[in-house]
Amino acid sequence: MLTLNINKKTYNVDVDPDTPLLWVLRDTLGLVGTKYGCDIAQCGACTVHLNGETVRSCVTKVSRAAGQKVVTIEGLSANNDHPLQKAWIELDVPQCGYCQSGQLMSAAVLLRENSHPTDQDIDDAMDGNICRCGTYLRIRKAIHLAAEIQRKGPQK
Amino acid sequence: MTQHSEKRSVRYFPVKMITVGSLILLLVAMMSSAFKTRNDFTANDEKYHHFNKDSIASVKAFMEVYKVLMSPRCMNCHPSGDVPLQGDNSQLHISSPKRGKDGKGLYAMKCSNCHQPTNIAGLNTPPGHPNWHLPPANMKMVFQGRTPNQLARQLVNPKTNGNKTLARLIAHADDGLVKAGWDPGEGRTVPPLTHAEFKKAWITWINTGAYAPRP
Repeated sequence: MLTLNINKKTYNVDVDPDTPLLWVLRDTLGLVGTKYGCDIAQCGACTVHLNGETVRSCVTKVSRAAGQKVVTIEGLSANNDHPLQKAWIELDVPQCGYCQSGQLMSAAVLLRENSHPTDQDIDDAMDGNICRCGTYLRIRKAIHLAAEIQRKGPQK
Repeated sequence: MTQHSEKRSVRYFPVKMITVGSLILLLVAMMSSAFKTRNDFTANDEKYHHFNKDSIASVKAFMEVYKVLMSPRCMNCHPSGDVPLQGDNSQLHISSPKRGKDGKGLYAMKCSNCHQPTNIAGLNTPPGHPNWHLPPANMKMVFQGRTPNQLARQLVNPKTNGNKTLARLIAHADDGLVKAGWDPGEGRTVPPLTHAEFKKAWITWINTGAYAPRP
């Protein structure tokens, strides 16, 4: 039995410690916002946060997450009001949407560490998240917008 | 007799002085010339002076070490640029992760985002180690493209080897990330020497004077 803290909730799961975290999130806990893509950490669709850092949950054993803080797309904000989510909606970023939860989780780490990202910073941070629809230009634009929203602070 | 003897001594003194002096000068010139033409590197470490210097054995050992350091398992994380290399063909790492200041990546592209504490089963999965990283930005310790002479000099110089003394260099052979090269995960070749052979050659190279091969 492993104890997991996911999106500030505690879960006790009876799984093999070598099970990929992604499988536990989706199949055991029903948190299906995180997507299965390549299974070898090459596409970024399964990106979640582990203690604030992105990890590819398809290659992360669930035992690595035990007792740590995990955040998935479902926990990125309480009301879908993270600056990135606002910008994503504003600019209508997704096309098919399959990769977008991973894109958002990666972008969230970038914005936390760099409130004024340049195009190069965005490329450096997002290069590992692949989008088959090719929404890269809208993603880049949305990250700039989200940075601006973040700098302005919460709107009253 | 005493007076005569002193006179003889005074008479022959300049000849003796010139002969002995010339011999000393010749010896010094020969020694420095030998060092210059061999282009050897003298390690900047006080312990070095206690080693049994043997430039032939040292260079021979280093050429074995060099084969390992230039193998993909070592060189891939000592690239000439800021993007690590990947695979047995040492291509640029997919997704172009950058070195970052501490060598551990940038933003959502940090090494440990994909490289787990241990290897993962399956082909093409990222190899694992708890401390996966490149050398830091302020001391890149590049292997890629270095000649044996350049790499040997770089390795013994604390200003280019990560501030390591020769004693620490010897210990580095047993570093966990170094040893991970011999446990690279499925589908990857290991270095051309066993770790034991590498360690023996590494220590021999250092203990015989850490000489650099000719440029």
